[in-house]
Amino acid sequence: MTETKLRLSGVVKRFGTKLVLDHIDLDVARGEVISLIGSSGSGKSTLLRCINLLEPTDDGVIELDGIDIAEPGLDADPIRRRIGMVFQSFNLFPHMTVLRNVTIGPRKVLGTAQAESNAVARELLGRIGLADKADEYPDRLSGGQQQRVAIVRALAMQPEIMLLDEITSALDPELVGEVLDLVRDLRAQGMTMLIATHEMEFAREISDRVCFLHAGRVLEQAPPEQLFSSPQEERTRAFLQRVIDLG
Amino acid sequence: MSTVLAVALVVVLVPRIPGWDKVRGSFFDGDTFGETFPKLPGRFWYDIQIFLICTPCILLLGLLIAFARNVRTPALYPLRLFATLYTDIMRGVPMILWITIIGFGVPGLIQNRTWGKAVVWAGVALVVAYAAYVAEVFRAGIESVHESQRAAARSLGLSSRQTMMHVVLPQAVRRVVPALMNDLVSLQKDVALVSIVGPVEVLREAGIAKAKFYNFTPYIGAAILFLCVSIPLTRMTDHLLARERRRMQGTAVR
Repeated sequence: MTETKLRLSGVVKRFGTKLVLDHIDLDVARGEVISLIGSSGSGKSTLLRCINLLEPTDDGVIELDGIDIAEPGLDADPIRRRIGMVFQSFNLFPHMTVLRNVTIGPRKVLGTAQAESNAVARELLGRIGLADKADEYPDRLSGGQQQRVAIVRALAMQPEIMLLDEITSALDPELVGEVLDLVRDLRAQGMTMLIATHEMEFAREISDRVCFLHAGRVLEQAPPEQLFSSPQEERTRAFLQRVIDLG
Repeated sequence: MSTVLAVALVVVLVPRIPGWDKVRGSFFDGDTFGETFPKLPGRFWYDIQIFLICTPCILLLGLLIAFARNVRTPALYPLRLFATLYTDIMRGVPMILWITIIGFGVPGLIQNRTWGKAVVWAGVALVVAYAAYVAEVFRAGIESVHESQRAAARSLGLSSRQTMMHVVLPQAVRRVVPALMNDLVSLQKDVALVSIVGPVEVLREAGIAKAKFYNFTPYIGAAILFLCVSIPLTRMTDHLLARERRRMQGTAVR
């Protein structure tokens, strides 16, 4: 049995009276890649934001290496630095060069020296073929390049787990491939990942497990081949049917 | 072309207005100008000094008040309430009144040679009142930075203070530079209001010369001096903004 990296039990999140996460239970093993699928508003993004403590939860436990991080009053900053997050809209800092975007976390949070963090950042950017963009501002990059920089920015903090929130949804179709390739590399390196996505083919290919979320609940979870070919729940079937019809 | 036409019309028509000769004599008198103007730049330096001392104080105080107005922690609600009241009250009273009230009022209370100077407190009045306007500008800038920027910064592990200093504030300040410069240009002019509590700065000096020569021309001289500072200041702002825009984006959207 592999070691549990992240465990959610009974996680509840409300926006006002609306129940967005309805007692979510989920175990993530070290090195495991889990895709979260489901229609818009099913709670995928909120779940990721709650894990990264960007949203306070209303109930339940989120354990990272066996320690509850959702406990109110806990200092969230040291925990967030262990969890990398990439957003749908990239969210690069527009007033900083690509290099500074990648180094600000290590420098300000980990206290890494400038020379060292620059070297690491250039190395990472080189690996994704963007070494020559290090001194550019994000607005000069294509969407795909920006999103890859955003992934590298998160990686520069050497996170133990990565949360990817629909990272290809804002991209032109021809730019999706380069971003997904990078995620494949991460998987090959053994990164633990939670991926909210609308790319069913990609979810099928990259995941160890796929979770179908509906109305704030994990309605069904299974290895991809099983979930995609013989979904047990009627709603999962209906969702997949709809997505495949669209595709 | 239309500009040339407009100027030509003014030049041709205005002197035809009855009474123009009288106006020209009392506002644009060459001899009076020649005699009074040389004294003005030295006095104007006094205004510039007040401006240079007040500006950093205003920016700092304005920023602190903007922070206070952005406080989200429920425990610090009183601070937020205070900041809101402060901006409302400071902006709700004419500048000239604040200068009169604080410039004459506080020295009356203090009775001390150094700290009881009216001009010092008139300067303080400028600072506290302008800080309220500047705080609103900063606040608008801070609020204009999208929440997703904060989320990205926090997800890297930056504290809320680091997020403000490195991510939110730099973007906010860039966005509000034009509004901020507007406020500073109007401050540069409002400095002349300090004359009501006594110091002989340029407006006062022009007033003295007016009384002496029984002619308004010295005021025109003072106006020219103010323009010499405010126009370059405005142009420089535009230039800096355009450069910043070019640097951050490959192309400018028209």
